[in-house]
Amino acid sequence: MSENRIPALEVKHITKRFPGVVANDDVNLTLCKGEILALLGENGAGKSTLMNIIYGLYKPTEGEIYVNGKKAEMRNPKDAIALGIGMVHQHFQLVPVMTVAENIMLGAESVKKNGLLDIKKVAREITELSHRYHLDVDPYATVEDLPVGVQQRVEIIKALYREAEILILDEPTAVLTPQEIEGLFEIMKRLQAQGKSIIFISHKLKEVLYISDRIVVLRDGKVVGETTPAEATQEKLAAMMVGREVILTVDKKPARPGDVVLEVKNLRAKSDLGDEALRGVSFQVREGEILGVAGVQGNGQTELVEVITSLKKAEGGQVIINGEDMTNASPRAITQKGQSSHVPEDRHAYGMVSTYSVADNLVLNTYNLPPFAKGITVNRPAIIEHAEKLIQEFDVRTPSPHTMAGSLSGGNQQKMVVAREFSRPIKLLIAAQPTRGIDVGSIEFIHNQIVAKRDEGVAVLLVSSELDEIMSLSDRIAVMYKGEIIDIVPREEATRENIGLLMAGVKRGEKVSVAG
Amino acid sequence: MGHFSLRRLFRSLLIPVLAVLTALVVGAVIMWLAGDNPIAAYKGLFQGAFGSARGWATTIRKWSPLLLTGLSVAVAFQAGLFNIGASGQFMMGTIFSVWVGINFADMPAIIHVPLAISAGILGGLLWGAIPGILKVTTGAHEVITTIMLNYIAALFAGWTVYAGGSQGQKPGPLWDPAAKAISQTPPVVESARIPFIFGPPYRVHWGIVLAIITIFVMAWLIYKTTIGFELRTVGQNFKASKYAGIRVGWTIILAMMLAGALAGMAGAIETLGVNFKFAPEFGGSVGFDGITVALLGQTNPFGVGLAAFFLASLAAGGAKMQFDSGVSSDIIQVINALLLAFVAAPAIIRYLYRIRKSPEEKETTPKISWGG
Repeated sequence: MSENRIPALEVKHITKRFPGVVANDDVNLTLCKGEILALLGENGAGKSTLMNIIYGLYKPTEGEIYVNGKKAEMRNPKDAIALGIGMVHQHFQLVPVMTVAENIMLGAESVKKNGLLDIKKVAREITELSHRYHLDVDPYATVEDLPVGVQQRVEIIKALYREAEILILDEPTAVLTPQEIEGLFEIMKRLQAQGKSIIFISHKLKEVLYISDRIVVLRDGKVVGETTPAEATQEKLAAMMVGREVILTVDKKPARPGDVVLEVKNLRAKSDLGDEALRGVSFQVREGEILGVAGVQGNGQTELVEVITSLKKAEGGQVIINGEDMTNASPRAITQKGQSSHVPEDRHAYGMVSTYSVADNLVLNTYNLPPFAKGITVNRPAIIEHAEKLIQEFDVRTPSPHTMAGSLSGGNQQKMVVAREFSRPIKLLIAAQPTRGIDVGSIEFIHNQIVAKRDEGVAVLLVSSELDEIMSLSDRIAVMYKGEIIDIVPREEATRENIGLLMAGVKRGEKVSVAG
Repeated sequence: MGHFSLRRLFRSLLIPVLAVLTALVVGAVIMWLAGDNPIAAYKGLFQGAFGSARGWATTIRKWSPLLLTGLSVAVAFQAGLFNIGASGQFMMGTIFSVWVGINFADMPAIIHVPLAISAGILGGLLWGAIPGILKVTTGAHEVITTIMLNYIAALFAGWTVYAGGSQGQKPGPLWDPAAKAISQTPPVVESARIPFIFGPPYRVHWGIVLAIITIFVMAWLIYKTTIGFELRTVGQNFKASKYAGIRVGWTIILAMMLAGALAGMAGAIETLGVNFKFAPEFGGSVGFDGITVALLGQTNPFGVGLAAFFLASLAAGGAKMQFDSGVSSDIIQVINALLLAFVAAPAIIRYLYRIRKSPEEKETTPKISWGG
């Protein structure tokens, strides 16, 4: 495809400075017509900044952008759209209660002569587009009723509806099942065949190697390398991203499970929206083993963790920790009496206070205990000393313990949370999406820490929507589907395929035909 | 907090100082458009507040209630709550303290004064607890409930001193029969009055010392204790505070009780140090000015102290300004309102002076949502 090498988009000497930070440093990038270009980089490497510049959300400090050989002045996304650039954000920009057609026309409404919206015309055009690119979607369906994979298709159609020739897909696979990812890749191939150019942003090395024609790696705001899937390997790419050798496979000894630490019996709970989120979940986690909970996001994993940690009320069933019934106990009792740690799925909402210093965040749930508290007064020197120790031990890259946690990169924020949760004496570790949105280097570190905890005899409940993570860490794999544990598979029997099918709700032994 | 740097201090002062300057400039433009001489007005204002010992005395006298209601609003802000109820809490503090103040005539001052102030604190505390409890138990938003409770407090206070009607309506329990048809309480007995530091004509009482001590106590509480850590955590990130094991509901109620106590103390100090009685027209806008003070002070107790001093000087200088320049002292209210607008919407100031928001900067204006 890239043989013609007609540039669709050229980024020349782009530099973007924020106060105190150079987010992009003299970046050069060429996207050819009909090419899938993967942009790879750790969090904080400057991928998002660069894409936001291309999409007109930021103004570059220096440098120029050329679209189809012509210099482009992007003041806002409207200019970018007019030049044929479309972006599918990681977090979908859709209005859940509106229909597909309404969402797609939003901001580009078709209006009849009498001033009313011409939804029929839009629906017709959507159907046409979906035929041309095999993007099946019902224009009249309400977005919130659609599975995530289909919502993503709506986003793609939205860009195509605005006649995008260049598509930027920001971490598009993060929210999909393995089967849905394959579907997305087919769509990308088809778009490519029709002459569209695609920038694919990802941190998943396998995917990048599979789908792209060319790979550009960003590190610390600079382009550090360009390669093709033919020349690259996962190890090489990871090393380019991180700037050093990275061991991708987790080295672990066989598990030696001991007594049951966490037992969940017939647990029931409602989601925030009031639906049945957990419909009778039961399992056990023993000392010295990692139970991985796999599943597509939104099948009750979030609620499961929230109920066990008492952030959400159980409607029925029991949570037993160290032999004691802790159902609906206070969150503090779960952490302190239950000797448990929790790395929450949403670190910004639960795991940290971004306006607090790193030091304060490191005592977020132990601030009331000695030596951090003396009576009711806060013992600041002890908190700082504790922070300095953990920052070093867990390699949290922060200018100082006083730095505001929100200004750290995602990977370092997560290391901070992990440092806090792993440094306490615990019997139970609950890690939900522990490596979401963080860089390869930090992932490696956190994975090793989790395994180390297991080997110390801690019972680990690992919830992740990253199948690779589940596969490489777990000793047993529980798959959640629609609020139930559909099956628990020993690691030896698990394959990407059988877990993938379970994630889609297909029980073992059931016959199915899988498209693609 | 806990980590001090000059740069941070400069940045935190920048917006409030520019807000003050801008409000004064816009105020001047308004005066000029109205045909007045703003320079003469500001000169009068300054002289009124600081040009004489009497001026200083008035500024200081007006400082303490503003300071305390400012702290009241600020401590609630720290916990992510918008206390519009300082006015009602002030009123309840007034009523509670005046009741103690007009009774117990043979008590020694050393007991009577603290008792009357404590009663005021208690009145405000109880009144502040109500919106806190309502929020935690029913989800009712404190903005709504505190506004409603302001009305209830004002009407209740009015009823207590009601002089009765000509058609035989019963007078209120705190009404002073000696005042005849006037609705007011009897004077606070001598032993319950806060002693003067400088007696008449200056009438500067020891309440200001109490208020300044309160600044330090609140700063200690907010930044140096686990209680303050809990308050601030709830204010900064509700979910994370749950995760951290903080009893969120109790913390909200506690913050509102503290806020109420501070406003109640303001009411007590005004009653026992300045007015020596209560009549429905007392109180004025001091509860609402607390909002301006808290925001101008960036919700930091020391900042609140400075902001309150500034607003007190405006209030103190108004009379002389009107006398000297002929500009109505109502312009002070205009400047106060402008100030509130600028500190409540710092984006205006940032835009006017092209100030970039640093990533380190914490948003001091609380995220006020109606979601509860």
